[in-house]
Amino acid sequence: MIEFDNVSKIYPNGSIGLRNINLTIQKGELVVIVGLSGAGKSTLLRSINRMNDITSGDIRINGNSVTQASGSELRLIRRDIGMIFQSFNLIKRATVIQNVLSGRVGYHSTLRTMLGWFPKEDIDLSLTALQRVNIREKAYTRADQLSGGQQQRVSIARALAQEAQVILADEPVASLDPLTTRQVMEDLKRINRELNITTVINLHFIDLAREYATRIIGLRAGEVVFDGTPEEATDEAFAEIYGRAVKHDELLGVL
Amino acid sequence: MRAPLPTPSQPSPPVVDIQPPLRYKRYAGWILLILIIVMCSIQTKVTPYQLITGLPQMGQLLKEMFPPDWSYIPTIWAPMMETVQIAILGTTIGGIIAVPVALLCSYNIMPNRFIALPVRMILNLVRTIPDLLFAAIFVAVFGIGPFAGMLALVFFSFGIIAKLTFEAIEAIDPGPLEAMTAVGASRLQVIRFGVLPQALPYFMSYLLYTFEVNVRAASVLGLVGAGGIGLLLDRSLGLFRYDRACVIILLTLVIVLIIDYSSTWIRRKLL
Ligand SMILES: Nc1ncnc2c1ncn2[C@@H]1O[C@H](COP(=O)(O)OP(=O)(O)OP(=O)(O)O)[C@@H](O)[C@H]1O
Ligand SMILES: [Mg+2]
Repeated sequence: MIEFDNVSKIYPNGSIGLRNINLTIQKGELVVIVGLSGAGKSTLLRSINRMNDITSGDIRINGNSVTQASGSELRLIRRDIGMIFQSFNLIKRATVIQNVLSGRVGYHSTLRTMLGWFPKEDIDLSLTALQRVNIREKAYTRADQLSGGQQQRVSIARALAQEAQVILADEPVASLDPLTTRQVMEDLKRINRELNITTVINLHFIDLAREYATRIIGLRAGEVVFDGTPEEATDEAFAEIYGRAVKHDELLGVL
Repeated sequence: MRAPLPTPSQPSPPVVDIQPPLRYKRYAGWILLILIIVMCSIQTKVTPYQLITGLPQMGQLLKEMFPPDWSYIPTIWAPMMETVQIAILGTTIGGIIAVPVALLCSYNIMPNRFIALPVRMILNLVRTIPDLLFAAIFVAVFGIGPFAGMLALVFFSFGIIAKLTFEAIEAIDPGPLEAMTAVGASRLQVIRFGVLPQALPYFMSYLLYTFEVNVRAASVLGLVGAGGIGLLLDRSLGLFRYDRACVIILLTLVIVLIIDYSSTWIRRKLL
């Protein structure tokens, strides 16, 4: 369970990231966050694992405060949260399995990991994770030899190898073509259902949000202006979130 | 012959309209350059005249160099190997010390400038001192012999490798560092899994490049008493045994060429 308690974020330059956010996200939900560019979607997502510090309020995961966590506590919290980026953020020169294994470092002492050796269980776990996103046969290929969609699946596998309880994905499909976009979204949805992993995804395609989310949260200028089911997220509701009518390029289109 | 040093790709500068420079500016530049050259020549009394008067002596020297005294090879073999060994030790130790220092002065690893800036200043200081000066200083401190030469190369290599490596580290993709931070990695783990895989090929390439430079540097270290083949070269020249000096020069040339070629080949494979 992720709780936002009166969370606000003001960047040092004065721009407002989040304004008085109160939210509770239950275990197993697949929340999609929508909103215009600059509405605060990334800020919200990245404050969950404290990749961004917040200015006031508190964020708790299963009752533990992220905001107050010390260095080592924070690392343990982050270990249980997988993060997926728009630009994949893989080590391009390393093999796929090395990338997936790097998700395991939080489980071992710094000293043990320095040589880059991982126990057999970790390797099995990583291979299973790759199996889950259907790219096990690429395990020993260099990451930069994969297509964008495959690279994004490697980063999902990295989150699975972490044995994450929560997955955060910031525009995970923004740099993919429509077909691969659906495959990656299917993977995220399947993992969310099969493993009951709480998933929070920032998206800018309205139809994708409606199709995959169990809950949609709309942000405008750092505030929650919509919070409801996909059925409730009608075109009128989106017009409300965006402050204007939905545009054609905000739809991925039906395949 | 030498492959250019690889540098991490940087965003290309914005395209600007280039105006042809005004003609008088171009002439002024040339005139200034010629003026400087003439001034330097007058001040130092280095003139083309010396080249012409020296040429016959050059011919004489070449004549005395040949035929080379091949029987000298067994004598110089050991010092020659010592030269290469000095270079290997100096480069390796200097390179190892360079790693933590390069990390300390990269702003993306060490956002704290109170550490990074002073370290950079020390690094720049080390880099202003030429290798032979280092050698002379260490000979004065530790006495004549290869140890002083090795130590000189440690400092010399350290300066080059640390500088090139920290520049490579600053140009790496920050994405993997962010990803490693997000999986809960400690600072050292972020470096091990985010920085190392990206920077290692550059580091190895700089290490080999410095080794090439050091083999050449090590062959003249003997001139200031810091071990290696340079001592014998100095002695042969002093005794006017140009036939022996010739063998030393030829052997050094062969070894340097072999090392240059293989190192260039490996560096190409690395990147
Ligand atoms: N590092 C930063 N420094 C200063 N202001 C920032 C910073 N990051 C974001 N902001 C500001 O905070 C607000 C919210 O930004 P955020 O990146 O969270 O928006 P977003 O909804 O993710 O937008 P996008 O769809 O473009 O990714 C914006 O006004 C932005 O300008
Ligand atoms: Mg964003």
